[in-house]
Amino acid sequence: MRVLPMGERAALVEDPPGGPAAWAAGLRTLATDGVVEVVPGARTVLVACRDAAALAAAMMSLDEVVPTIAERGDSTVEISVVYDGPDLAHVAAATGLRRAEVVARHQGASYTVAFCGFAPGFAYLAGLPPELHLPRRTTPRTRVPAGSVAIASEYSAVYPRSSPGGWHLLGTTTASLFDAGRDPPALLAPGTSVRFVGS
Amino acid sequence: MTRAVEVVAAGVSTTVQDLGRPGFGHLGVSPAGAVDPQLAGRTNALVGNDRGAAVIETAAGLHFRAVGPLVIATSAEALPRSLHDGEEVTLPADPTRRWQYVAVRGGLAVSAVLGSRSFDTMAGLGPAPPVDGDRLPVGPEPDRPVLGEPVPAPAVRDVVRIEAGPRADWLADGAVELLTAVSWRVGPSNRVGTRLSGPKLAWAATAELPSEGLVRGAIQVPPDGQPVVMLADHPTTGGYPVVAVVRAADVGNVGQLPDGSRLRFRR
Repeated sequence: MRVLPMGERAALVEDPPGGPAAWAAGLRTLATDGVVEVVPGARTVLVACRDAAALAAAMMSLDEVVPTIAERGDSTVEISVVYDGPDLAHVAAATGLRRAEVVARHQGASYTVAFCGFAPGFAYLAGLPPELHLPRRTTPRTRVPAGSVAIASEYSAVYPRSSPGGWHLLGTTTASLFDAGRDPPALLAPGTSVRFVGS
Repeated sequence: MTRAVEVVAAGVSTTVQDLGRPGFGHLGVSPAGAVDPQLAGRTNALVGNDRGAAVIETAAGLHFRAVGPLVIATSAEALPRSLHDGEEVTLPADPTRRWQYVAVRGGLAVSAVLGSRSFDTMAGLGPAPPVDGDRLPVGPEPDRPVLGEPVPAPAVRDVVRIEAGPRADWLADGAVELLTAVSWRVGPSNRVGTRLSGPKLAWAATAELPSEGLVRGAIQVPPDGQPVVMLADHPTTGGYPVVAVVRAADVGNVGQLPDGSRLRFRR
């Protein structure tokens, strides 16, 4: 674990014990006064505070953090997918697998939300089988439809709403990934366990 | 009659903003809120509102009408003023700053989303930006009186203070020093960030930075070496190195710098 500066009110905690999502959840349970944001990334957790004094206080408690699993306990969110994505054939060709094998591997894996970003409710799902790891498309699409189930690099994800995007699209889901009127608003939060099921 | 601000002409990049919705960054939700919270807060103070009451933020061309008697303040004026029912106001252009604010005594009572009345232009989250003909309802009178003493808006400064960022070591030798050594030119910018152009801040190596959290004021350096200062609607995570961070009190000032103006960073 290494603490890096991020201005006078925030710090970036790199390689925290237990991994960013679990460590961030543990920090939240300490309910440190004046901590405004706790944002896990791929290798780090951003701790942003109300002011410099609150940051100094939060930094004193870093060693007390006990990594904790998902805020929503141990339940697994199941997302039903129709594997009709426009990039299935390309992914099959690039990985040397048959389309059915791509689907089977994507569906067969257990995922955990590593972190969120890019858009409200957009979750980076760790657990994609290594044989499906592919770099992003060289030319991003200007519009990826909402509900697109996609892969890129070592992650899978679902686009919560239509947006530009460079990931490979394997299928679609009707699941609501983000609804500001719901509590919690995001279906997938850091630490949540996820499975994709065919429909 | 329900008191309201009737938007006659919405103008450019006009939204409702308050102090934003911090606390949802881990779900990919940006803080949003006024680009220049100090100026928005000052405009609110003129009419006796809390600093965080919802105001109109606009880049240009806003024209509105009072529905019922209102007390308003604009960021361009030093004193509040009373409007009678039906009275119209056109905000004059202000070439010295990118964003202007209109506060109404009582605040704008549009519906809050995730605890905030701010519209996030990146995510499309929050009350929809007003269009011509919309009526923005006004909230109940606050207890505090309007300010009787003129409070002129501070001028936009061309020097801001910065603090250490997490990835200064991603820059090549000498590049970090360049950040504070030169005068940067402000390019096309918006609520997400202020783009700067100047000498290239070269990376020390070609590598990919795993996505990590961002804050307002983060100075991110993409591979082209031209820094971007993150503002209210910044993405919650990013994959380019943050080499320094503008002090919180100065971020609003950065967001105000018009295209073509100059900016210096000071440690």
